[in-house]
Amino acid sequence: MSNLITSSSSLIGPPASRRSFMRRSGGLSAVAVALLAGKDALAQGIGGDMAKDVSILNVALGLEHEAINAYQLGAGSGLLQKGVLDVAVSFQGHHKAHRDALIATIHKLGGTPVAEKKLDDYAKALKADTLRNQADVLDLAARLELGAVNAYLGVIPSLGNKDLAKVAARLAADETMHFTVLTNALGRPLPAGALSYGA
Amino acid sequence: MRRDATFWRPGQLAGVCLALLAGLGAPLAQAQSGDVQKGRQLFESRCMGCHSLDANRVGPALGTVVGRVAGKQADFAYSAALTRATHVWTPENLQTWLTNPEALVPGQAMGYSLSQADDRRDVVAFLQSLSQARPAQ
Repeated sequence: MSNLITSSSSLIGPPASRRSFMRRSGGLSAVAVALLAGKDALAQGIGGDMAKDVSILNVALGLEHEAINAYQLGAGSGLLQKGVLDVAVSFQGHHKAHRDALIATIHKLGGTPVAEKKLDDYAKALKADTLRNQADVLDLAARLELGAVNAYLGVIPSLGNKDLAKVAARLAADETMHFTVLTNALGRPLPAGALSYGA
Repeated sequence: MRRDATFWRPGQLAGVCLALLAGLGAPLAQAQSGDVQKGRQLFESRCMGCHSLDANRVGPALGTVVGRVAGKQADFAYSAALTRATHVWTPENLQTWLTNPEALVPGQAMGYSLSQADDRRDVVAFLQSLSQARPAQ
């Protein structure tokens, strides 16, 4: 556990770096929102697959709701060190930006965004009562982030609109960054081979 | 050429029956020929973003999916298309689903598929192994 804490702390860097990281993350989120919500072409140019795309975006939104609540459970568990907690809150902020962007896009396409469940429902589904220490929380987050990476990569071929496919790829990139940081914090090795995601 | 019951001799009938049975069993045998361990790994890397074995998440729990009627997992909010579905998740139906969900149930919500036949067989074999491990109801 002490190795994990050291590893996490060194990854996160000193407080000033964390603040800088948070500022950069906020900027990325704004870009992501603009990318998704500001594209009028999505509303105008989308073809007969629009309902299918909305359906896929709603699955993505479900993943983002789950991730936000998972980080909420982790943050509220009292199991995270201050530095790790800061990063968890930052990652949760990314997922909130993803959520907002997806909701805006679904509305723009004429769909109805899937609703968030209660925190207790997520806690039950994710077995939050089994989390005993910081490593457990990070492991849960890492598993969810990896699942999201593979889910986003996996739906790209099904999206009928190329702009949405690009958005899915960008969302996957964010989740990959989260997974990589969490994996490193857990002291786990990098993937041995290339092209390990989405396979 | 007319073929009636008298056309077939008993030995021929038995042969036809065996052939029919073999044909019916082929999809099941195909599914069972998958690699359970590889299927477990594939399930973890490809399916667990949305699914768990014993909890409804973004997708329904899949630990008991083999043999279940589609769209009927308790306490899961399915798409209207899957709610209307009546088929049973046999190994062959699962393989069809994983090949192209939309082709099996138009209007469903899963935009994900497994393009490699081996992967589909392995995942289905893993899911089958879970149902076979369950005690008889």
